[in-house]
Amino acid sequence: MSNMAADGGTVQGKTGTAKDREKALRMYKFRKEYLGRGVVTACGLFIIILTVAIGVFLIIRGTGTFTKFHHSVAEFLFSSNWSPVDSATGSGGGVGAAVYIVGSLLTCGLALLFAAPCAIGAAVFMTEIAPKWGEKLFQPAIEIFVGIPSVVYGWIGLTVLVPSIRDVFHARMGGYSVLAAGIVLAVMIFPTITTVAADAIRSVPDYYRKGAYGLGSTRWQVIYRIVLPASKTGILTGVILGLARAFGEALAVAMVIGKTRAFPTSILSPTNNLTAAIAADMGNSANGGEANMALWSMALLLFLISMFFIALIHFIENRSAAALKA
Amino acid sequence: MTISGTSENIEQKNTADLCIKVENLHLYYGQFHALKGINMEIPEHEITALIGPSGCGKSTFLKTLNRMNDLEEGVRIEGKVTLNGTDIYRDMDAIELRKRVGMVFQQPNPFPKSVYENVAYGPRINGINRKSELDEIVERSLRQAAIWDELKDRLYKSALGLSGGQQQRLCIARTLAVEPEVILMDEPTSALDPISTSRIEDLAMDLKKDYTIVIVTHNMQQASRISDNTAFFLLGELIEYNKTEKLFSIPADKRTEDYITGRFG
Repeated sequence: MSNMAADGGTVQGKTGTAKDREKALRMYKFRKEYLGRGVVTACGLFIIILTVAIGVFLIIRGTGTFTKFHHSVAEFLFSSNWSPVDSATGSGGGVGAAVYIVGSLLTCGLALLFAAPCAIGAAVFMTEIAPKWGEKLFQPAIEIFVGIPSVVYGWIGLTVLVPSIRDVFHARMGGYSVLAAGIVLAVMIFPTITTVAADAIRSVPDYYRKGAYGLGSTRWQVIYRIVLPASKTGILTGVILGLARAFGEALAVAMVIGKTRAFPTSILSPTNNLTAAIAADMGNSANGGEANMALWSMALLLFLISMFFIALIHFIENRSAAALKA
Repeated sequence: MTISGTSENIEQKNTADLCIKVENLHLYYGQFHALKGINMEIPEHEITALIGPSGCGKSTFLKTLNRMNDLEEGVRIEGKVTLNGTDIYRDMDAIELRKRVGMVFQQPNPFPKSVYENVAYGPRINGINRKSELDEIVERSLRQAAIWDELKDRLYKSALGLSGGQQQRLCIARTLAVEPEVILMDEPTSALDPISTSRIEDLAMDLKKDYTIVIVTHNMQQASRISDNTAFFLLGELIEYNKTEKLFSIPADKRTEDYITGRFG
Protein backbone atom coordinates (compact mmCIF):
# COMPACT_ATOMS: atom_id res chain seq x y z
CA MET A 1 0.00 0.00 0.00
CA SER A 2 2.71 2.44 0.91
CA ASN A 3 4.26 2.44 -2.51
CA MET A 4 1.01 3.25 -4.23
CA ALA A 5 1.19 6.95 -4.87
CA ALA A 6 4.84 7.58 -5.31
CA ASP A 7 6.50 10.92 -5.46
CA GLY A 8 6.80 12.74 -8.74
CA GLY A 9 3.46 11.50 -9.79
CA THR A 10 4.26 8.01 -11.10
CA VAL A 11 1.65 5.51 -10.16
CA GLN A 12 3.31 2.22 -9.35
CA GLY A 13 0.27 0.08 -9.24
CA LYS A 14 1.65 -3.21 -10.52
CA THR A 15 1.33 -5.06 -7.23
CA GLY A 16 -1.86 -3.41 -5.98
CA THR A 17 -5.49 -4.15 -6.73
CA ALA A 18 -7.50 -2.08 -9.16
CA LYS A 19 -9.12 -0.31 -6.23
CA ASP A 20 -5.77 0.69 -4.79
CA ARG A 21 -4.66 1.98 -8.12
CA GLU A 22 -7.76 4.07 -8.44
CA LYS A 23 -7.22 5.51 -5.01
CA ALA A 24 -3.63 6.36 -5.82
CA LEU A 25 -4.73 8.05 -9.00
CA ARG A 26 -7.28 10.10 -7.09
CA MET A 27 -4.62 11.17 -4.61
CA TYR A 28 -2.32 12.09 -7.44
CA LYS A 29 -5.00 14.10 -9.21
CA PHE A 30 -5.96 15.76 -5.97
CA ARG A 31 -2.41 16.86 -5.25
CA LYS A 32 -1.56 17.91 -8.78
CA GLU A 33 -4.74 19.55 -9.88
CA TYR A 34 -7.63 19.92 -7.51
CA LEU A 35 -5.60 21.33 -4.64
CA GLY A 36 -4.23 24.24 -6.65
CA ARG A 37 -7.54 24.84 -8.31
CA GLY A 38 -9.26 24.78 -4.94
CA VAL A 39 -6.93 27.37 -3.44
CA VAL A 40 -7.29 29.87 -6.28
CA THR A 41 -11.05 29.32 -6.44
CA ALA A 42 -11.28 30.02 -2.72
CA CYS A 43 -9.25 33.22 -3.15
CA GLY A 44 -11.48 34.34 -6.01
CA LEU A 45 -14.67 33.57 -4.11
CA PHE A 46 -13.31 35.31 -1.04
CA ILE A 47 -12.86 38.57 -2.97
CA ILE A 48 -16.35 38.35 -4.40
CA ILE A 49 -17.87 37.58 -1.00
CA LEU A 50 -15.90 40.42 0.59
CA THR A 51 -17.07 42.93 -2.01
CA VAL A 52 -20.67 41.85 -1.74
CA ALA A 53 -20.45 41.83 2.06
CA ILE A 54 -19.10 45.39 2.17
CA GLY A 55 -21.80 46.48 -0.23
CA VAL A 56 -24.54 44.85 1.82
CA PHE A 57 -23.11 46.25 5.06
CA LEU A 58 -22.99 49.75 3.57
CA ILE A 59 -26.54 49.47 2.32
CA ILE A 60 -27.80 48.33 5.72
CA ARG A 61 -25.91 51.02 7.61
CA GLY A 62 -26.30 53.74 5.02
CA THR A 63 -30.06 53.45 4.69
CA GLY A 64 -30.60 53.81 8.46
CA THR A 65 -30.88 57.56 8.04
CA PHE A 66 -33.93 57.07 5.86
CA THR A 67 -35.52 54.03 7.52
CA LYS A 68 -34.70 54.38 11.21
CA PHE A 69 -34.64 58.18 11.43
CA HIS A 70 -37.16 58.88 8.66
CA HIS A 71 -35.23 61.54 6.81
CA SER A 72 -35.94 61.90 3.12
CA VAL A 73 -33.36 61.17 0.46
CA ALA A 74 -34.04 64.62 -0.96
CA GLU A 75 -33.14 66.21 2.37
CA PHE A 76 -29.89 64.26 2.48
CA LEU A 77 -28.92 65.18 -1.07
CA PHE A 78 -30.17 68.75 -1.38
CA SER A 79 -30.31 70.32 2.08
CA SER A 80 -27.32 72.07 3.57
CA ASN A 81 -28.60 71.83 7.13
CA TRP A 82 -26.13 69.43 8.70
CA SER A 83 -26.98 69.14 12.39
CA PRO A 84 -27.58 65.48 13.18
CA VAL A 85 -28.10 64.62 16.83
CA ASP A 86 -25.07 62.81 18.07
CA SER A 87 -26.40 60.41 20.69
CA ALA A 88 -27.36 56.75 20.60
CA THR A 89 -31.10 57.39 20.55
CA GLY A 90 -31.78 61.07 19.89
CA SER A 91 -33.19 62.23 16.58
CA GLY A 92 -34.69 65.24 14.88
CA GLY A 93 -31.56 66.99 13.63
CA GLY A 94 -30.77 67.87 10.02
CA VAL A 95 -28.85 65.48 7.81
CA GLY A 96 -28.40 67.65 4.70
CA ALA A 97 -25.10 66.64 3.12
CA ALA A 98 -25.34 69.01 0.15
CA VAL A 99 -22.32 71.04 1.26
CA TYR A 100 -20.15 67.93 1.31
CA ILE A 101 -21.53 66.63 -1.95
CA VAL A 102 -20.96 69.96 -3.68
CA GLY A 103 -17.48 70.11 -2.14
CA SER A 104 -16.65 66.69 -3.54
CA LEU A 105 -18.04 67.52 -6.97
CA LEU A 106 -16.26 70.87 -7.15
CA THR A 107 -12.85 69.67 -6.00
CA CYS A 108 -12.97 66.62 -8.25
CA GLY A 109 -14.20 68.60 -11.23
CA LEU A 110 -11.46 71.13 -10.72
CA ALA A 111 -8.87 68.38 -10.32
CA LEU A 112 -10.02 66.81 -13.56
CA LEU A 113 -9.88 70.15 -15.33
CA PHE A 114 -6.26 70.57 -14.29
CA ALA A 115 -5.09 66.99 -14.54
CA ALA A 116 -6.77 65.53 -17.62
CA PRO A 117 -5.24 67.79 -20.30
CA CYS A 118 -1.78 67.63 -18.70
CA ALA A 119 -1.99 63.87 -18.24
CA ILE A 120 -3.14 63.21 -21.80
CA GLY A 121 -0.43 65.54 -23.07
CA ALA A 122 2.16 63.72 -20.98
CA ALA A 123 0.90 60.37 -22.24
CA VAL A 124 1.22 61.53 -25.85
CA PHE A 125 4.70 62.87 -25.13
CA MET A 126 5.97 59.67 -23.56
CA THR A 127 4.52 57.37 -26.21
CA GLU A 128 4.56 59.29 -29.48
CA ILE A 129 7.08 62.10 -29.20
CA ALA A 130 9.86 60.64 -27.07
CA PRO A 131 9.17 56.93 -26.60
CA LYS A 132 12.76 56.01 -25.67
CA TRP A 133 13.15 58.85 -23.26
CA GLY A 134 9.63 58.24 -22.07
CA GLU A 135 10.29 54.67 -21.13
CA LYS A 136 13.59 55.37 -19.41
CA LEU A 137 12.69 58.48 -17.44
CA PHE A 138 9.01 59.20 -17.61
CA GLN A 139 7.61 55.79 -16.77
CA PRO A 140 9.69 55.35 -13.57
CA ALA A 141 8.95 58.94 -12.55
CA ILE A 142 5.25 58.31 -12.87
CA GLU A 143 5.44 55.04 -10.98
CA ILE A 144 7.18 56.85 -8.12
CA PHE A 145 4.50 59.50 -8.34
CA VAL A 146 1.79 56.87 -7.78
CA GLY A 147 3.67 55.47 -4.81
CA ILE A 148 3.88 58.70 -2.79
CA PRO A 149 1.52 58.42 0.20
CA SER A 150 -1.40 60.82 0.19
CA VAL A 151 -0.42 62.32 3.55
CA VAL A 152 2.76 63.55 1.89
CA TYR A 153 0.80 65.21 -0.90
CA GLY A 154 -1.46 66.76 1.69
CA TRP A 155 1.42 68.01 3.79
CA ILE A 156 3.20 69.53 0.79
CA GLY A 157 -0.09 71.15 -0.17
CA LEU A 158 -0.42 72.52 3.31
CA THR A 159 3.11 73.90 3.42
CA VAL A 160 3.50 75.18 -0.12
CA LEU A 161 0.13 75.54 -1.79
CA VAL A 162 -2.03 76.99 0.98
CA PRO A 163 0.37 79.86 1.83
CA SER A 164 0.92 80.56 -1.88
CA ILE A 165 -2.80 80.85 -2.53
CA ARG A 166 -3.11 83.08 0.55
CA ASP A 167 -0.32 85.35 -0.68
CA VAL A 168 -1.26 85.47 -4.34
CA PHE A 169 -5.03 85.78 -4.07
CA HIS A 170 -5.30 87.20 -0.53
CA ALA A 171 -7.89 84.55 0.14
CA ARG A 172 -9.91 84.44 3.32
CA MET A 173 -9.19 81.51 5.62
CA GLY A 174 -5.51 81.79 4.73
CA GLY A 175 -5.52 79.86 1.50
CA TYR A 176 -7.48 76.79 2.61
CA SER A 177 -9.73 76.44 -0.40
CA VAL A 178 -11.42 74.46 -3.12
CA LEU A 179 -8.56 75.55 -5.36
CA ALA A 180 -5.93 74.06 -3.03
CA ALA A 181 -7.86 70.79 -2.79
CA GLY A 182 -8.37 70.71 -6.56
CA ILE A 183 -4.66 71.18 -7.22
CA VAL A 184 -3.61 68.54 -4.68
CA LEU A 185 -6.10 66.09 -6.17
CA ALA A 186 -4.99 66.97 -9.69
CA VAL A 187 -1.40 66.12 -8.81
CA MET A 188 -2.56 62.86 -7.23
CA ILE A 189 -4.67 61.65 -10.16
CA PHE A 190 -2.25 62.85 -12.83
CA PRO A 191 -0.20 59.62 -12.82
CA THR A 192 -3.30 57.42 -12.90
CA ILE A 193 -4.66 59.12 -16.00
CA THR A 194 -1.23 59.30 -17.64
CA THR A 195 -0.49 55.61 -17.14
CA VAL A 196 -3.83 54.36 -18.44
CA ALA A 197 -3.85 56.84 -21.33
CA ALA A 198 -0.28 55.92 -22.31
CA ASP A 199 -1.22 52.23 -22.36
CA ALA A 200 -4.21 53.02 -24.56
CA ILE A 201 -2.07 55.05 -26.97
CA ARG A 202 0.59 52.35 -27.11
CA SER A 203 -2.02 49.78 -28.05
CA VAL A 204 -2.98 51.68 -31.21
CA PRO A 205 -1.60 49.47 -33.99
CA ASP A 206 1.36 50.89 -35.87
CA TYR A 207 -0.25 50.30 -39.26
CA TYR A 208 -2.73 53.09 -38.56
CA ARG A 209 0.18 55.48 -38.08
CA LYS A 210 1.92 54.18 -41.21
CA GLY A 211 -1.25 54.59 -43.23
CA ALA A 212 -1.63 58.17 -42.06
CA TYR A 213 2.03 59.03 -42.72
CA GLY A 214 1.68 57.45 -46.15
CA LEU A 215 -1.04 59.97 -46.99
CA GLY A 216 1.27 62.87 -46.18
CA SER A 217 0.30 63.54 -42.55
CA THR A 218 2.57 65.44 -40.23
CA ARG A 219 3.31 63.81 -36.89
CA TRP A 220 0.85 66.07 -35.15
CA GLN A 221 -1.88 65.19 -37.64
CA VAL A 222 -1.19 61.50 -37.04
CA ILE A 223 -1.50 62.05 -33.29
CA TYR A 224 -4.64 64.11 -33.14
CA ARG A 225 -6.53 62.74 -36.13
CA ILE A 226 -5.66 59.05 -35.86
CA VAL A 227 -3.94 58.03 -32.62
CA LEU A 228 -6.05 59.98 -30.13
CA PRO A 229 -9.41 59.07 -31.70
CA ALA A 230 -8.34 55.41 -31.90
CA SER A 231 -7.40 55.39 -28.23
CA LYS A 232 -10.19 57.59 -26.88
CA THR A 233 -11.95 54.74 -25.09
CA GLY A 234 -8.82 53.88 -23.14
CA ILE A 235 -8.07 57.52 -22.42
CA LEU A 236 -11.61 58.03 -21.14
CA THR A 237 -11.19 54.98 -18.92
CA GLY A 238 -8.08 56.60 -17.46
CA VAL A 239 -9.93 59.84 -16.85
CA ILE A 240 -12.78 58.06 -15.07
CA LEU A 241 -10.35 56.01 -12.97
CA GLY A 242 -8.65 59.27 -12.01
CA LEU A 243 -11.99 60.80 -11.13
CA ALA A 244 -12.87 57.78 -9.01
CA ARG A 245 -9.58 58.10 -7.17
CA ALA A 246 -10.19 61.81 -6.61
CA PHE A 247 -13.63 61.10 -5.16
CA GLY A 248 -12.24 58.56 -2.76
CA GLU A 249 -9.29 60.59 -1.51
CA ALA A 250 -9.79 61.85 2.05
CA LEU A 251 -6.60 62.67 3.87
CA ALA A 252 -4.83 65.01 1.48
CA VAL A 253 -8.04 66.92 0.77
CA ALA A 254 -8.91 67.19 4.45
CA MET A 255 -5.57 68.88 5.08
CA VAL A 256 -6.09 71.74 2.62
CA ILE A 257 -9.84 72.24 2.14
CA GLY A 258 -10.45 74.20 5.33
CA LYS A 259 -13.32 71.99 6.59
CA THR A 260 -16.02 74.62 7.00
CA ARG A 261 -19.70 73.77 6.93
CA ALA A 262 -20.76 76.19 4.21
CA PHE A 263 -21.04 76.23 0.45
CA PRO A 264 -18.00 77.74 -1.20
CA THR A 265 -18.63 81.15 -2.74
CA SER A 266 -15.67 80.88 -5.09
CA ILE A 267 -12.86 78.44 -5.75
CA LEU A 268 -10.83 80.46 -3.28
CA SER A 269 -13.17 79.86 -0.37
CA PRO A 270 -12.92 76.89 1.98
CA THR A 271 -15.54 74.17 2.21
CA ASN A 272 -15.65 70.47 3.00
CA ASN A 273 -16.24 67.25 1.13
CA LEU A 274 -17.72 63.80 1.74
CA THR A 275 -14.55 61.94 2.53
CA ALA A 276 -13.05 64.57 4.80
CA ALA A 277 -16.35 64.92 6.69
CA ILE A 278 -16.60 61.18 7.24
CA ALA A 279 -12.98 60.93 8.32
CA ALA A 280 -13.30 63.82 10.75
CA ASP A 281 -16.42 62.65 12.58
CA MET A 282 -16.66 58.89 12.22
CA GLY A 283 -14.68 58.12 15.35
CA ASN A 284 -16.60 60.53 17.55
CA SER A 285 -20.18 59.73 16.69
CA ALA A 286 -22.25 57.46 18.89
CA ASN A 287 -22.71 54.10 17.19
CA GLY A 288 -26.18 53.73 15.70
CA GLY A 289 -27.14 57.36 16.37
CA GLU A 290 -28.43 59.85 13.86
CA ALA A 291 -25.05 61.46 13.21
CA ASN A 292 -23.41 58.08 12.85
CA MET A 293 -26.06 56.88 10.42
CA ALA A 294 -25.84 60.08 8.39
CA LEU A 295 -22.09 59.50 8.00
CA TRP A 296 -22.79 55.96 6.86
CA SER A 297 -25.21 57.36 4.30
CA MET A 298 -22.38 59.50 2.94
CA ALA A 299 -20.17 56.43 2.79
CA LEU A 300 -22.90 54.63 0.89
CA LEU A 301 -23.13 57.58 -1.49
CA LEU A 302 -19.37 57.39 -2.16
CA PHE A 303 -19.73 53.67 -2.78
CA LEU A 304 -22.56 54.27 -5.24
CA ILE A 305 -20.56 56.97 -7.02
CA SER A 306 -17.61 54.65 -7.52
CA MET A 307 -19.98 51.88 -8.68
CA PHE A 308 -21.38 54.37 -11.14
CA PHE A 309 -17.90 55.17 -12.48
CA ILE A 310 -17.10 51.49 -12.91
CA ALA A 311 -20.39 50.91 -14.70
CA LEU A 312 -19.64 53.91 -16.90
CA ILE A 313 -16.26 52.48 -17.89
CA HIS A 314 -17.87 49.17 -18.82
CA PHE A 315 -20.59 50.93 -20.75
CA ILE A 316 -18.10 53.00 -22.75
CA GLU A 317 -15.92 49.99 -23.50
CA ASN A 318 -18.85 47.85 -24.59
CA ARG A 319 -20.23 50.59 -26.75
CA SER A 320 -16.94 51.19 -28.53
CA ALA A 321 -16.44 47.45 -29.04
CA ALA A 322 -19.91 47.28 -30.58
CA ALA A 323 -19.22 50.34 -32.73
CA LEU A 324 -16.10 48.70 -34.16
CA LYS A 325 -18.03 45.60 -35.13
CA ALA A 326 -20.88 47.43 -36.81
CA MET B 1 28.88 49.62 -60.05
CA THR B 2 29.07 46.12 -61.40
CA ILE B 3 25.38 45.55 -61.58
CA SER B 4 24.32 43.95 -64.78
CA GLY B 5 21.17 45.01 -66.46
CA THR B 6 19.95 48.26 -65.07
CA SER B 7 18.63 50.98 -67.23
CA GLU B 8 20.59 49.90 -70.29
CA ASN B 9 18.24 47.00 -70.76
CA ILE B 10 15.10 48.99 -70.82
CA GLU B 11 14.18 50.77 -73.96
CA GLN B 12 15.33 54.33 -73.86
CA LYS B 13 12.47 56.61 -73.00
CA ASN B 14 12.12 60.31 -73.40
CA THR B 15 12.95 62.04 -70.16
CA ALA B 16 9.52 63.64 -70.36
CA ASP B 17 7.92 60.24 -69.82
CA LEU B 18 10.16 59.46 -66.90
CA CYS B 19 8.59 59.66 -63.53
CA ILE B 20 11.11 58.45 -61.03
CA LYS B 21 14.82 58.18 -61.55
CA VAL B 22 17.00 56.38 -59.04
CA GLU B 23 20.75 56.86 -59.19
CA ASN B 24 23.27 54.79 -57.30
CA LEU B 25 21.01 54.33 -54.28
CA HIS B 26 22.49 52.70 -51.19
CA LEU B 27 20.56 52.03 -48.00
CA TYR B 28 21.93 50.87 -44.67
CA TYR B 29 20.06 49.58 -41.63
CA GLY B 30 22.76 50.33 -39.06
CA GLN B 31 25.64 48.15 -40.27
CA PHE B 32 23.52 46.15 -42.69
CA HIS B 33 23.87 47.15 -46.31
CA ALA B 34 20.32 46.54 -47.53
CA LEU B 35 20.35 48.20 -50.94
CA LYS B 36 23.52 48.20 -53.01
CA GLY B 37 23.78 50.82 -55.69
CA ILE B 38 20.38 50.72 -57.34
CA ASN B 39 19.95 52.50 -60.67
CA MET B 40 16.49 52.51 -62.08
CA GLU B 41 14.18 54.60 -64.20
CA ILE B 42 10.47 54.22 -63.63
CA PRO B 43 8.33 55.39 -66.56
CA GLU B 44 5.13 57.33 -66.23
CA HIS B 45 1.67 55.74 -66.56
CA GLU B 46 2.99 52.22 -66.45
CA ILE B 47 3.02 49.49 -63.87
CA THR B 48 6.46 48.55 -62.65
CA ALA B 49 6.72 45.36 -60.63
CA LEU B 50 9.46 44.60 -58.13
CA ILE B 51 10.05 40.90 -57.62
CA GLY B 52 12.56 38.80 -55.74
CA PRO B 53 12.81 36.44 -52.79
CA SER B 54 12.02 37.53 -49.23
CA GLY B 55 14.61 39.87 -47.78
CA CYS B 56 15.96 40.89 -51.19
CA GLY B 57 15.26 44.56 -50.52
CA LYS B 58 12.29 45.07 -52.84
CA SER B 59 10.01 46.44 -50.11
CA THR B 60 12.83 48.51 -48.67
CA PHE B 61 13.45 49.96 -52.09
CA LEU B 62 9.75 50.75 -52.53
CA LYS B 63 9.75 52.66 -49.25
CA THR B 64 12.68 54.80 -50.35
CA LEU B 65 10.44 56.19 -53.09
CA ASN B 66 8.14 57.97 -50.63
CA ARG B 67 10.62 58.18 -47.76
CA MET B 68 8.66 55.89 -45.45
CA ASN B 69 12.10 54.67 -44.38
CA ASP B 70 12.58 58.02 -42.68
CA LEU B 71 10.21 56.78 -39.97
CA GLU B 72 12.47 53.90 -39.05
CA GLU B 73 15.49 54.29 -36.87
CA GLY B 74 19.05 53.71 -37.99
CA VAL B 75 18.33 53.99 -41.70
CA ARG B 76 20.95 55.77 -43.78
CA ILE B 77 20.51 56.51 -47.45
CA GLU B 78 23.06 57.50 -50.10
CA GLY B 79 22.47 58.29 -53.75
CA LYS B 80 19.78 60.18 -55.50
CA VAL B 81 16.09 59.69 -56.19
CA THR B 82 14.30 62.22 -58.35
CA LEU B 83 10.58 62.62 -58.95
CA ASN B 84 9.99 64.48 -62.23
CA GLY B 85 13.44 65.95 -61.88
CA THR B 86 13.28 67.02 -58.23
CA ASP B 87 15.58 65.32 -55.74
CA ILE B 88 13.17 63.88 -53.17
CA TYR B 89 15.77 63.63 -50.40
CA ARG B 90 17.38 67.04 -50.79
CA ASP B 91 14.86 69.35 -52.37
CA MET B 92 11.54 68.05 -51.13
CA ASP B 93 9.76 67.79 -47.80
CA ALA B 94 8.85 64.19 -46.89
CA ILE B 95 5.27 65.22 -46.05
CA GLU B 96 4.87 66.93 -49.45
CA LEU B 97 6.45 63.92 -51.17
CA ARG B 98 4.01 61.45 -49.60
CA LYS B 99 1.09 63.46 -50.91
CA ARG B 100 2.53 63.02 -54.40
CA VAL B 101 3.65 59.43 -53.92
CA GLY B 102 0.90 57.50 -52.15
CA MET B 103 1.22 54.07 -50.63
CA VAL B 104 -0.94 50.97 -50.26
CA PHE B 105 0.26 48.50 -47.67
CA GLN B 106 0.47 44.73 -47.48
CA GLN B 107 -2.11 44.48 -44.72
CA PRO B 108 -5.27 46.48 -45.49
CA ASN B 109 -5.13 49.24 -42.90
CA PRO B 110 -8.27 51.39 -42.99
CA PHE B 111 -8.53 53.75 -40.05
CA PRO B 112 -11.04 52.88 -37.34
CA LYS B 113 -13.44 55.43 -38.78
CA SER B 114 -16.31 55.36 -41.22
CA VAL B 115 -15.79 54.58 -44.90
CA TYR B 116 -16.43 58.24 -45.69
CA GLU B 117 -13.96 59.54 -43.11
CA ASN B 118 -11.29 57.14 -44.35
CA VAL B 119 -11.45 58.57 -47.83
CA ALA B 120 -11.93 62.15 -46.61
CA TYR B 121 -8.87 61.90 -44.35
CA GLY B 122 -6.35 62.95 -46.99
CA PRO B 123 -8.35 65.92 -48.32
CA ARG B 124 -9.05 67.02 -44.75
CA ILE B 125 -5.38 67.15 -43.77
CA ASN B 126 -4.85 69.21 -46.88
CA GLY B 127 -7.32 71.74 -45.55
CA ILE B 128 -10.41 70.77 -47.52
CA ASN B 129 -13.37 71.00 -45.13
CA ARG B 130 -16.34 71.97 -47.29
CA LYS B 131 -18.87 69.18 -47.14
CA SER B 132 -19.87 69.40 -50.79
CA GLU B 133 -16.28 69.28 -51.92
CA LEU B 134 -15.50 66.33 -49.65
CA ASP B 135 -18.63 64.48 -50.84
CA GLU B 136 -17.47 64.88 -54.39
CA ILE B 137 -13.93 63.68 -53.66
CA VAL B 138 -15.18 60.69 -51.68
CA GLU B 139 -17.52 59.60 -54.44
CA ARG B 140 -14.95 60.12 -57.18
CA SER B 141 -12.25 58.24 -55.29
CA LEU B 142 -14.51 55.31 -54.45
CA ARG B 143 -15.65 55.14 -58.07
CA GLN B 144 -12.06 55.17 -59.26
CA ALA B 145 -11.32 52.34 -56.86
CA ALA B 146 -14.33 50.47 -58.29
CA ILE B 147 -15.96 50.12 -54.92
CA TRP B 148 -18.56 52.91 -54.98
CA ASP B 149 -21.48 50.61 -55.81
CA GLU B 150 -20.60 48.26 -52.98
CA LEU B 151 -20.11 50.96 -50.37
CA LYS B 152 -22.41 53.82 -51.31
CA ASP B 153 -25.07 52.62 -48.87
CA ARG B 154 -22.69 52.20 -45.98
CA LEU B 155 -20.52 55.29 -46.23
CA TYR B 156 -21.10 56.16 -42.59
CA LYS B 157 -20.47 52.72 -41.14
CA SER B 158 -17.13 51.61 -39.75
CA ALA B 159 -14.57 50.60 -42.35
CA LEU B 160 -13.43 47.80 -40.06
CA GLY B 161 -16.61 45.88 -40.86
CA LEU B 162 -15.63 45.45 -44.52
CA SER B 163 -14.06 42.31 -45.97
CA GLY B 164 -10.31 42.26 -46.49
CA GLY B 165 -10.63 42.85 -50.23
CA GLN B 166 -13.04 45.74 -49.74
CA GLN B 167 -10.74 47.21 -47.09
CA GLN B 168 -7.82 47.10 -49.49
CA ARG B 169 -9.79 48.80 -52.27
CA LEU B 170 -10.93 51.37 -49.73
CA CYS B 171 -7.27 51.97 -48.87
CA ILE B 172 -6.59 52.49 -52.56
CA ALA B 173 -9.50 54.95 -52.74
CA ARG B 174 -8.09 56.70 -49.68
CA THR B 175 -4.79 57.07 -51.49
CA LEU B 176 -6.48 58.29 -54.68
CA ALA B 177 -8.35 60.99 -52.77
CA VAL B 178 -5.05 62.80 -52.23
CA GLU B 179 -4.53 62.81 -56.03
CA PRO B 180 -0.99 61.49 -56.04
CA GLU B 181 1.16 61.09 -59.14
CA VAL B 182 2.57 57.74 -58.13
CA ILE B 183 1.01 54.88 -56.17
CA LEU B 184 3.30 52.45 -54.39
CA MET B 185 1.80 49.08 -53.57
CA ASP B 186 3.59 46.82 -51.13
CA GLU B 187 2.31 43.28 -51.79
CA PRO B 188 -1.25 44.62 -51.79
CA THR B 189 -2.89 41.25 -52.42
CA SER B 190 -0.84 38.92 -50.25
CA ALA B 191 -3.45 38.97 -47.49
CA LEU B 192 -6.40 38.54 -49.86
CA ASP B 193 -8.35 35.70 -51.46
CA PRO B 194 -8.07 35.00 -55.22
CA ILE B 195 -11.23 36.88 -56.21
CA SER B 196 -10.25 39.99 -54.26
CA THR B 197 -6.77 39.68 -55.71
CA SER B 198 -8.00 39.70 -59.30
CA ARG B 199 -10.17 42.74 -58.54
CA ILE B 200 -7.18 44.64 -57.21
CA GLU B 201 -5.17 43.61 -60.27
CA ASP B 202 -7.91 44.85 -62.62
CA LEU B 203 -8.04 48.03 -60.65
CA ALA B 204 -4.28 48.56 -60.88
CA MET B 205 -4.41 48.13 -64.66
CA ASP B 206 -7.27 50.60 -64.83
CA LEU B 207 -5.47 53.15 -62.72
CA LYS B 208 -2.29 53.24 -64.76
CA LYS B 209 -4.03 55.51 -67.25
CA ASP B 210 -3.82 58.26 -64.69
CA TYR B 211 -1.16 57.13 -62.29
CA THR B 212 2.28 55.62 -62.25
CA ILE B 213 2.22 52.42 -60.24
CA VAL B 214 5.09 50.60 -58.57
CA ILE B 215 4.08 47.28 -57.08
CA VAL B 216 6.05 44.86 -54.94
CA THR B 217 4.90 41.30 -55.33
CA HIS B 218 6.13 37.89 -54.32
CA ASN B 219 3.85 36.45 -56.96
CA MET B 220 5.53 36.18 -60.36
CA GLN B 221 2.27 35.40 -62.14
CA GLN B 222 0.92 38.64 -60.80
CA ALA B 223 3.95 40.55 -62.06
CA SER B 224 3.66 39.03 -65.52
CA ARG B 225 -0.12 39.53 -65.62
CA ILE B 226 -0.28 43.20 -64.78
CA SER B 227 3.08 44.92 -65.11
CA ASP B 228 4.77 46.65 -68.02
CA ASN B 229 8.23 46.56 -66.50
CA THR B 230 9.71 44.16 -63.99
CA ALA B 231 12.73 44.55 -61.75
CA PHE B 232 14.31 41.52 -60.14
CA PHE B 233 16.05 42.10 -56.83
CA LEU B 234 18.39 39.72 -55.06
CA LEU B 235 20.32 40.33 -51.84
CA GLY B 236 19.95 44.08 -52.07
CA GLU B 237 20.99 44.32 -55.70
CA LEU B 238 18.93 45.06 -58.77
CA ILE B 239 19.84 42.07 -60.90
CA GLU B 240 17.75 42.75 -63.93
CA TYR B 241 15.24 45.35 -65.06
CA ASN B 242 13.39 45.08 -68.32
CA LYS B 243 10.08 45.06 -70.09
CA THR B 244 8.01 42.44 -68.35
CA GLU B 245 7.49 40.20 -71.37
CA LYS B 246 11.23 40.25 -72.11
CA LEU B 247 12.29 39.60 -68.54
CA PHE B 248 10.00 36.61 -68.27
CA SER B 249 10.65 35.18 -71.73
CA ILE B 250 14.34 35.82 -72.29
CA PRO B 251 15.95 36.77 -68.99
CA ALA B 252 19.40 38.20 -69.49
CA ASP B 253 20.81 37.03 -66.18
CA LYS B 254 21.18 33.44 -65.06
CA ARG B 255 19.95 34.35 -61.57
CA THR B 256 16.78 35.89 -62.96
CA GLU B 257 16.16 32.78 -64.98
CA ASP B 258 16.72 30.58 -61.94
CA TYR B 259 14.28 32.64 -59.92
CA ILE B 260 11.48 32.91 -62.46
CA THR B 261 11.70 29.23 -63.30
CA GLY B 262 11.37 28.46 -59.63
CA ARG B 263 14.82 27.06 -59.00
CA PHE B 264 15.14 29.08 -55.80
CA GLY B 265 13.32 31.63 -53.75
